[in-house]
Formats: sequence, structure tokens, C-alpha cells
Amino acid sequence: MSTAEQNLIEFRGVSWRPNGGSAAAIIDDVSLEVPRGETLVLLGRSGSGKTTLLKLINGMHWPSKGEVLVEGRATPEWDAIRLRRGIGYVIQEAGLFPHFTVAENVGLVPGLENWPREKIAARVKEMLQLVGLAPEEFSQRRPRELSGGQRQRVGVARALAGDPPILLMDEPFGALDPVTRAELQREFQALARRLGKTIVFVTHDLREALLLASRIILLEKGRVVASAEPEEFLRVRHPEVLAFAASLDVQGGAA
Amino acid sequence: MTGLWLFMVEHQSEILSATVEHVELVLIAMAAAISIGVPLGMVIVQRAKLRALALGIAGIFQTIPSLALFGFLIPIPFIGGIGKRTAIVALTLYALLPILRNTYVGLTEIDPAVLESAEAMGMTQGQILFRVRFPLGLAVILAGVRTATIITIGVATIAAAIGAGGLGTFIFRGVALVNDSLLLAGAIPAALLAILADFLLGRLERRLRVS
Repeated sequence: MSTAEQNLIEFRGVSWRPNGGSAAAIIDDVSLEVPRGETLVLLGRSGSGKTTLLKLINGMHWPSKGEVLVEGRATPEWDAIRLRRGIGYVIQEAGLFPHFTVAENVGLVPGLENWPREKIAARVKEMLQLVGLAPEEFSQRRPRELSGGQRQRVGVARALAGDPPILLMDEPFGALDPVTRAELQREFQALARRLGKTIVFVTHDLREALLLASRIILLEKGRVVASAEPEEFLRVRHPEVLAFAASLDVQGGAA
Repeated sequence: MTGLWLFMVEHQSEILSATVEHVELVLIAMAAAISIGVPLGMVIVQRAKLRALALGIAGIFQTIPSLALFGFLIPIPFIGGIGKRTAIVALTLYALLPILRNTYVGLTEIDPAVLESAEAMGMTQGQILFRVRFPLGLAVILAGVRTATIITIGVATIAAAIGAGGLGTFIFRGVALVNDSLLLAGAIPAALLAILADFLLGRLERRLRVS
């Protein structure tokens, strides 16, 4: 099966309804493929189902209809814990553990996987350097002693520590000030290219999508309404694309 | 005032032994209440039905007037009768609600982003409970222990009514003989114990609070 090798993640006619399938569909008949090494950006307004789509990948939700395949295997067939340890996860405000030091946060998944101590310490150091934080300065700090941007860097380091092939990111830079956000976006873009991870990235910011994506998927009310490479995206004739493009004009004009 | 002072100096060894007895009652009851309340609070995080039942029952004990609760327990076989054992059972039941409720609240009122990332990183429910919920909820749990301790120190004075001893002995005798010195010889040490416990546990609680 070549599709499983090429497509690390695949949605086949997936719908998802909350409350065990009785409520209205949040995700409505979505099919998509994420080839290895792609940075797929899920773009959409609040409530369009972007985050839900992400949670269908790491088994935080299971489809009400259809299948989500990760490495060729449907999510309910996976052991949820195994599945999630192989998928890095970064959210807005990072969700760092406030009672852990930076080093403990970053070393969490390797620790859960029972790596030997020295190997964890080396990995933590490596990851902090990777995200631009000096290990000797930051290792022993607590999340509350960090700026928003630093916290987000730690969040990325933590997600990468277990060396997962897949990275899910839910508006990771959404709560940052514009300058820090631009800084992290640029660094992340370079990092993503270097690491060759398969990334699914959720945002409502078209500019961010255009910058980071190898492909953009636009969601509206739980459906895929456009799928295109960044260069092509603005040429797609769909009212929702136009609406997003208009938001770019406003922002561009103001800047 | 000097009369009270003289009385307390004269009876210092009795007051001291009553205080020790009082502290004993409180410590045993608190140990029992913590070892029931905290694990039970952990269990009911995931089980809604059991949660309603446990909090409901603990709430009922709390509404029974303390003197009546002591009275109710006397005729019950094994745990009842006159003396320390019955008093400890009653004090434990009394202390249970604040501990149970604070344990539940402490373990559940945690930043949802933290719980979400814990789950998404592949922590098991047990790991989330012991490594995330428990350390983050510890200060709130301890606040419950503090409330329960102060209540127990107060309620334990009533234990003297069923022959369990403690500082209540002086208070009941003082009331019966209309003797203020006798009454205060029980009430003042009890109040001081409560203040001391509040102070020490409050300090511990602030140290454990994670911002």
C-alpha cells in the first residue's frame, strides 16, 4: 500500500458530531490527505471546526462517520496513548505544566517513554537550543517566569522532544504580540523545513497560513471549501476565500 | 482576670493533659478523615454518580448538630458507646465534607489547556491524576484540611459530653457550676489551638500554591 507510506494522515468521509453523535455536525464529510513532510494549514473562522479536525487526528475525538487513518491505521484501532506519544501537540498559551520546570516540561514525553536520565537531559538541552533558548539560562525556570514568546518556544520544544513524525499545532502563536509572533513564525518556518516533520497547523490568520503552509485547506462550517497551495490560494473562487482575502487587505492597509 | 490566671496556674497540669487529650482526638480524627476524604475525592473526579452520592452523604453529616451526632452514635454497635472511639468517629464524619469537597474542587478546577496538553501528550488518566491534577490541586486540598482542622478543634470540645475527655471537660464543668474560670480554662486553650493550626496550615498552603 503506497498510500499509507505517502500519506501519514488521511481523512475518509469523516463527520463528527458531539454528544456521541446526536448533536449537529461540527465536521461534515471531510476527506483529505496529508503527505509525509507537508505543512498543512487548516484555515477558518472561529467555530469552523479546525480544532476538532486536529483532535480527530490524535484520537481526542473519534469520527462519528468515516475514518481517520494515521500511518494507514484507523484511529480507534490505535492504542490512544501510543498514538498520542507519536504526535507532538502545541496549543495557544502552550499549556505548559506550571508546577514543572522548563526542563521537566520538555522532558515529559521522553520520561513517559522511560528514556534513561542522561538521554533525557541531553534531549532537553538539544530541544531548547533548537527553539533558541539557552539551556543553562532557562532549564530550571518555571513557566510563570517566562514571556509569552518563551513559553511558546518551550511548547514547541516539548512537542518535538519525543521525536514524533507528526506535529499538531492549534493557533500556537495566536496569543503573542505581533512582533514576537512574526519572529516565531519565521523561525518556525525554518525549523519545520529542517526537521521534515508532517505538520498540521490551525490558524484563523491568512497571512500566517500563506507564510507557513505547503498547502492551505479552508474550512467553513465543518466542510472543506478550498484546498490549494499558498501561491494558488488567493485565486480560488469561493466567497469564504474572498472574505479572508478581504481581511488581508484591511490588515495590509492598516500596517 | 487574676482569678483566672491563678486558677490556670494552679490547675496547669490538668489543663495540659486535657490539651494533649484534645490534640490527640483531633489528630486521630483528622488522619482518618484525610485518609478517607482525599482518596475518595480522587476517585469521584471521574465518576459523576458516585460523586453526587459521596458529596451528598458527607453533606448530610455536616448538617447534623454536633451534639446530636455524638448522641446518635452512642447506641451503634462497634463504633458507638461512651468514650473516645465514638468521639473520633463523629469528628471524622464532621471533617469529611470540607476535605472531600476541596479535594474534588482542587483536582477539577485546573486550567483546561494544561489538562488538554497532558492528554494530548499521551499521559494516562492515572498519570494525569497523580502528576498533574494532584500537585496542582494540593493547595486547595490543604485549604480543606485547614478548614476541617479548625472545625474539629471546636467540635472536639463537645466530645466531653460523651466522656471522651479533652478541653471540653472544663467547659462543661464550668457551665454546670457557673464558674467562668473553669469554663475559660477549657475555652482559651481550645481557641489558641485553633489559631495555631490555622496559622501553620495557612503557611504550608501558601508555600504549596503554584501560580
